Amino acid sequence: MFRIVEKRTLADNIYLLRIEAPRVAHSALPGQFVIVRVDEQGERVPLTIADYDKEDGTVTIVIQAIGVSTRKLCTFGEGDYIADFAGPLGNPSEFVHLSEEELKSRRYLFVAGGVGTAPVYPQVKWLYEHGCKADVIIGAKSASMLIYTEEMAKVADNLYIATDDGSCGFKGMVTAKIKDLIDNEAKSYDECVAIGPMIMMKFVTLTTKEYALPTTVSLNALMVDGTGMCGACRVSVGGKTYFTCVDGPEFDGHQVDFDEAMRRQAMYRKQEGEATDKHNHKCNCF
Amino acid sequence: MANKIPRVSVREQEPAVRATNFEEVCYGYNAEEAQLEATRCLNCKNPRCVAACPVNINIPAFIHKVAEGDFASASAIIAEDSSLPSICGRVCPQETQCEGSCILGIKGEAVAIGKLERFVGDWGLDNASKEQVEIKTNGKKVAVIGSGPSGLACAIDLAKLGYEVTVFEALHKLGGVLVYGIPEFRLPKEKIVAREIDDLRRLGVKFETDVIVGRTITIDALLDEEGFSAVFIGSGAGLPRFMGIEGENLNGVVSANEFLTRANLMRAYDDEYDTPIYVGKRVAVVGGGNVAMDAVRTAKRLGADATIIYRRSEAELPARREEVHHAKEEGIEFKMLTNPTRVLGDDKGWVTGLSCVEMELGEPDESGRRSPVVKEGSDFTLDCDVVIMALGTSPNPLLKSTTAGLETNRRGCIVADENGATTREGVFAGGDAVTGAATVILAMGAGRKAAKAIDEYIKSK
Repeated sequence: MFRIVEKRTLADNIYLLRIEAPRVAHSALPGQFVIVRVDEQGERVPLTIADYDKEDGTVTIVIQAIGVSTRKLCTFGEGDYIADFAGPLGNPSEFVHLSEEELKSRRYLFVAGGVGTAPVYPQVKWLYEHGCKADVIIGAKSASMLIYTEEMAKVADNLYIATDDGSCGFKGMVTAKIKDLIDNEAKSYDECVAIGPMIMMKFVTLTTKEYALPTTVSLNALMVDGTGMCGACRVSVGGKTYFTCVDGPEFDGHQVDFDEAMRRQAMYRKQEGEATDKHNHKCNCF
Repeated sequence: MANKIPRVSVREQEPAVRATNFEEVCYGYNAEEAQLEATRCLNCKNPRCVAACPVNINIPAFIHKVAEGDFASASAIIAEDSSLPSICGRVCPQETQCEGSCILGIKGEAVAIGKLERFVGDWGLDNASKEQVEIKTNGKKVAVIGSGPSGLACAIDLAKLGYEVTVFEALHKLGGVLVYGIPEFRLPKEKIVAREIDDLRRLGVKFETDVIVGRTITIDALLDEEGFSAVFIGSGAGLPRFMGIEGENLNGVVSANEFLTRANLMRAYDDEYDTPIYVGKRVAVVGGGNVAMDAVRTAKRLGADATIIYRRSEAELPARREEVHHAKEEGIEFKMLTNPTRVLGDDKGWVTGLSCVEMELGEPDESGRRSPVVKEGSDFTLDCDVVIMALGTSPNPLLKSTTAGLETNRRGCIVADENGATTREGVFAGGDAVTGAATVILAMGAGRKAAKAIDEYIKSK
């Protein structure tokens, strides 16, 4: 059993949970995920790590209450215990293997969409701590849906906000903001990292392809075990099939077959009921 | 003459009834039936069954005790060589091992050794002491990776020798393939697997679930930082294979591992549980092993018309004979000498069928089985909305990639000698992680051998 030591509401229906999991915290690196099972009846839900503290042995996750399991998890409060919290799983972000010199000479552009902003944070924070500069675009439908802006401002070189309705920052989608930065502000980057809804990542990669900007995406495929056993998370990258859980979760965005990936995400939608349907109509935060 | 008695048949759930539920198919012998069946054993001077058993259980001796009604002694005799009789009695391929070599089988029917072992194992679970076993510990710690058959067997023996054993399990439930792979109707989880594991707890074995060794903690850290003197790897062969044919990523194509994990581990068939499962109306299972039978029978129980597709003929089916027999009784269709060439889908990306070819058997291949050859111009389409690939599994490469000096062969199996010693000092391995997907009894035997080798290794240091 794993204790929830902190719970915060970040936005409408979006919650932060900090969980006591010393082994996971000790080994976690940016880019990795955990599998959470709320209770005996619960699903195994993959969630990307939003932060970790090796000193106090806690790991932070950010969840949007959308499906049966995430809604159940969001009813839990501080001091409650969840049944399982396994990880860290998947490969850490490629940049953790770069030398300090390489890191200092590189410039990253992070594009974060909706609840996907949370897993961008530990990456930018890690780069900041290793002397690497990163610009960040956070996209959301409107100002009230923005999360992690204060935390991100502390570790990002430049932070840009893009909202669909213009209620905060740039009015428009994150793809328009990418163009704006490169075309109008003469920004140049060595790599783009996009994390958010599948559809956002698809359009970000289409945009960055125009600029030949290498782009990494973090896929949130369906999973059961998360350790390579089931193959539910199969994804086509460059025409080859990979398992998101053990070969990813990060892939070369220009090689990912997003249409297949989005179709596969819908595999259990009928069973998961209307809750999931509703979410997918709502999710146009790019 | 003892052998004039026909083999005592075992009571089973009616096929039509059991094809709609997940209760155990076979009820097993009661004491009376077991004793009667036990009298059929000829007590051969050179018992071929013992030699044919991968762990050489003294079969005539335990059967003799069953005939006498001395079940405690029978249980003790099995325990000398096997740690998990309730499980092996249910899942061993007896027809190619002990029963396959029984003298009575030449002219008639072999002694029902598996059913007798199961009876004795269950008697042991029902009648064993529930007290904590007092063992003087020697203060040495051993880590066991994986709580499947090899890990459990290794842990039992090491605990009995006085070691402080911690078993690390990646999933949230203990038992490995016994829990995520083999269905409830063949191996009950609470009634059998959980109770076998409770016996380990009474021996003082500690368990940590949700620990993925290689990710959550490394083997190096276990040895260097957490004070373990040795590590046993019993992580199994969990990575599913796919065919590599067109359309395999369509919605509705799943690995048998995924289908069975959803049903068994996550209890997707139970409305109380949250995990979904997609069953469809017509399910095609590709493969002919036990896992294929488990998947097809699970699909049937979940309401689908279910078919096995296998590229060789029925004689070559690698599954236990009993599983094939049970599957047929339950109304599973068998399409033999058939091989899929493409998965067909609709414009939304959902499976609508399988393009197949007919096969015929040619020359024997390296496995000794006649290899299937495509019959020219035999293409046909089989309608289905779910395809389950049950083509075998291979070991997870995670431990190799995170442990310096741990070698694997070209099939990804960990290289280990006959006692389980790997290429890395202090690290032992056994079961499917070493052999590739095999049987519960072989894994259990490997776990026990490694326990002995670990004991010798630690004492020699």
